Amino acid sequence: MEALLSLFVKSVFIENMALTFFLGMCTFIAISKKIETAIGLGIAVVIVQAITVPANNLILNVFLKDSALLQGIDLRFLGLISYIAVIAAIVQILEMVLDKYVPALYQALGVFLPLITVNCAILGGSLFMVERDYTFVESVVYGFGSGFSWMLAIVILAGVRERLKYSDVPAGLQGLGIIFITVGLMSLGFMSFSGIQL
Amino acid sequence: MNLEARKVITTPLVANNPITLQILGICSALAVTSSLKTALLMAAALTTVTAFSNASISAIRHHIPGSIRIIVQMTIIASLVIVVDQLMKAYAFSTAKQLSVFVGLIITNCIVMGRAEAYAMQNPVGMSFLDGLGNGLGYSLILIVVAVIRELSGSGSLLGFGILPLVNDGGWYVPNGLMLLPPSAFFIIGMLIWLIRIRYPEQQELHDFKIHEKHGLGNR
Repeated sequence: MEALLSLFVKSVFIENMALTFFLGMCTFIAISKKIETAIGLGIAVVIVQAITVPANNLILNVFLKDSALLQGIDLRFLGLISYIAVIAAIVQILEMVLDKYVPALYQALGVFLPLITVNCAILGGSLFMVERDYTFVESVVYGFGSGFSWMLAIVILAGVRERLKYSDVPAGLQGLGIIFITVGLMSLGFMSFSGIQL
Repeated sequence: MNLEARKVITTPLVANNPITLQILGICSALAVTSSLKTALLMAAALTTVTAFSNASISAIRHHIPGSIRIIVQMTIIASLVIVVDQLMKAYAFSTAKQLSVFVGLIITNCIVMGRAEAYAMQNPVGMSFLDGLGNGLGYSLILIVVAVIRELSGSGSLLGFGILPLVNDGGWYVPNGLMLLPPSAFFIIGMLIWLIRIRYPEQQELHDFKIHEKHGLGNR
């Protein structure tokens, strides 16, 4: 239990998806103008991440591992294509389920869900899970934690950007340039968690 | 090489750079630049994948039904990435290990998808290949510039060879450890964007609010 808790803290603060590994940067920068949309997208990422990482863990252990499917056959080279297919399928199914049972949430997340398939944070989570050999329970915790870390980062950035638009920025730095420098400072702040011993 | 083909290759290098103007593919651009060797390998991998995926998607563009085109593009890109990944593991194992998950993440790199969607779906095979090559090179250029700055100032070396003599070995250069940490990549890219936009002022974004519009400069 304690190990799982420390895994969660580690995935949220010390190994923040967006600020330490730079994953999901494209959406991170494109859709962080307003706090509300940032929260919507963040929730979508948490949900998808918490489902896809354990699902890919099962795919890895049941089908792809050495001698898992057939004796003496190692299918791990098919990993990348299976993970991305699983992610695309789960996003599609989630879209349909939400549309049927929770239309309000579907309306709120609508635009963001399909975008998530190509968010590198999602595929990155699954690939880190494979690289670090997490068990099923660990992958559930890691999926949720890493999704949450991404949400935390994008909401903070959206908050900063809402204030930033009133400030007087040099012409060439306006827009993308100053956002990068802001994210750099945020990342510097999160570096201070890296000293925590777990 | 005719004029149009040359234009397709050279504009993405600086003027229409995928990273600094189109905001594509930043995800991996930052993570692999702490040393020049990994940046070079990553740049080569991404350029190959973009060029070939553009060419193959363009070759079958008349046969892809519109509604499932994303999944078709994904499959082609993922297969190409698997090939590149296996090649890297065979011939450059230790550097591939350092790149860890980022080779796999080429699949979701927005440059590859973006160019397939924006260019390869409408243009013939040869030009699409060149467009992929050009955008790959534009990405590589930024990656290499950032990696050179980070490795040179962070550890005083390039490609692992010492350039600036370090204090620890009796030299004069005190390495700047911050340059090897993630935040420095953000700062350097931000500064690069600033430089490029001073050179190309038409790329500058407008302020949402004019601060001195009403009072003018007289009130300062």
